[in-house]
Amino acid sequence: MSEVAVVGVGQTAFTGSCGVSIKELCFEAFKDALIDAGNLQPQDIDSSIICSAPEYDKQRSPAGAISEYLGLNPKPTFYVESVCSSSTTGTRVAYGLIKSGLNDVIAIVGFQKMSELSSKEVQERMGRGADIMWESPFGLSMPAGYALFARARMQKYGMTEEQLAKVKVKSSKYSVLNPKAIFQRELSLEEALGARPIAAPLKLYDCCSNADGASCIILASAEKARKITDPPIWIKGLGAASDNLSLANKPNLTGLTCSIEAAKQAYKMAGLEPKDIDVAEVHDCFTVAEMMAYENVGFCKPGEAGKLIDEGQTYIDGNIPVNIDGGLLGKGHPIGATGGSQVRTIILELRGEAGKLQVKGPEIGLVHNVGGVGLYGNVIIFTR
Amino acid sequence: MGFEKFGKVNYTAETKVKDFVGFLDKGKIEGTQCRVCKKFYFPPRMDCNNCLAVDNMNWKEIDNEWVLVTYTTAYFAPTGFESDTPYILAIAESAEGFKVLARLSKEISQDQVKPGMKLKLVPVKLPQERIVYEFTSLSQ
Repeated sequence: MSEVAVVGVGQTAFTGSCGVSIKELCFEAFKDALIDAGNLQPQDIDSSIICSAPEYDKQRSPAGAISEYLGLNPKPTFYVESVCSSSTTGTRVAYGLIKSGLNDVIAIVGFQKMSELSSKEVQERMGRGADIMWESPFGLSMPAGYALFARARMQKYGMTEEQLAKVKVKSSKYSVLNPKAIFQRELSLEEALGARPIAAPLKLYDCCSNADGASCIILASAEKARKITDPPIWIKGLGAASDNLSLANKPNLTGLTCSIEAAKQAYKMAGLEPKDIDVAEVHDCFTVAEMMAYENVGFCKPGEAGKLIDEGQTYIDGNIPVNIDGGLLGKGHPIGATGGSQVRTIILELRGEAGKLQVKGPEIGLVHNVGGVGLYGNVIIFTR
Repeated sequence: MGFEKFGKVNYTAETKVKDFVGFLDKGKIEGTQCRVCKKFYFPPRMDCNNCLAVDNMNWKEIDNEWVLVTYTTAYFAPTGFESDTPYILAIAESAEGFKVLARLSKEISQDQVKPGMKLKLVPVKLPQERIVYEFTSLSQ
């Protein structure tokens, strides 16, 4: 059976307000990916998978509108959603379609225009992200959900607010070098620690920003990939898992069960171990989420994430560079576009095209993308 | 009393467990137990995911003793809860193995809040005939 490769990656800048329509936003990322794939043309795409979180969209069934604007009809198009992990779920679906032989070249377009809604409307949707029957009626929000994990980790592992702040300090050091990132200011530890509380122990800079943006990833079968690009970057392993939506019913409140399970599957499929990974993008919607990810994808043992950030091991010159494009904390988090942006960074790193953010000679990269408060987990491993 | 009366903001008007709200109004915290396999649920549900029995549950009062697992003080609230901030959201576990999320009573001062502290669930009447439960200290 044919291997599957990434042959093109594209992304818009992630901004507070893009000032264009969702179709125009997606066009920019799509064109960027086509050029990256050696000037591929829209007619070379066999199928498109459009990914976003629909509660932010005014357009009903966005796949139709976007496929028309990108000039992809009459090729099949459809919509995939798993909130913040939508575009890696789209990548997983595309992998299956190519492996089955149904398609050879697929474009995964992830987008979100969060500025389409007023902050009041965003706030209302935030309240419905929890179990609406037994948890939303208490006023649960996304930051509060992750704060419950943070407090449990402080209790069990002695994790500190300073360690959380250090994750954001690292993020800001790299986001200022990423022209597509929303956060363009290097933050001091004192400033991060002194920020106002959002959901204690999480403070303002422990939380990522809403953003507008789009990403596009083009996957191809081995035969096509070798014609399109040199070198193709191969998908070696994929893992996907789910966990309970109800926070109270999470089996584990100090890590994300869906991440642990997805990582296990991806390593097994790739025949690789955590120590083999040279560069990683993990889902840092909150600082505590990055710390949990260090443990959940196996870069350290449970409870040792604090040590990893204290020692600077996840910086660009550390043992395992993580989120050295700024991550969600630095880039902003346009929900449906985020997974594709993470994949793009890893592909550029593995090709040696990451510029100022280039890790030295990476061979194997990992993407970890989570939807909701530890609800859906995707892990993908890429190799040169 | 329908389920739409549960909580300050509610998105679920119709459910098979709407009677929960009537029990709560009478001061009772009720779960459901499957008549077939005896699995006990809290929060209540009418469909058994263990033996797949449908609508075959008895209401049963829970053992109302809980231990605080984790908590957060929310300074930012979703729509409808803005005037409540700051409030504490907590997850606690009961001796029967149930886990539930609820607010912590404002009568408990911030410096008293500690994982491991013992709690009980009590009904709280809200304006406009609404009702919810919250955790309060077991000793109170």
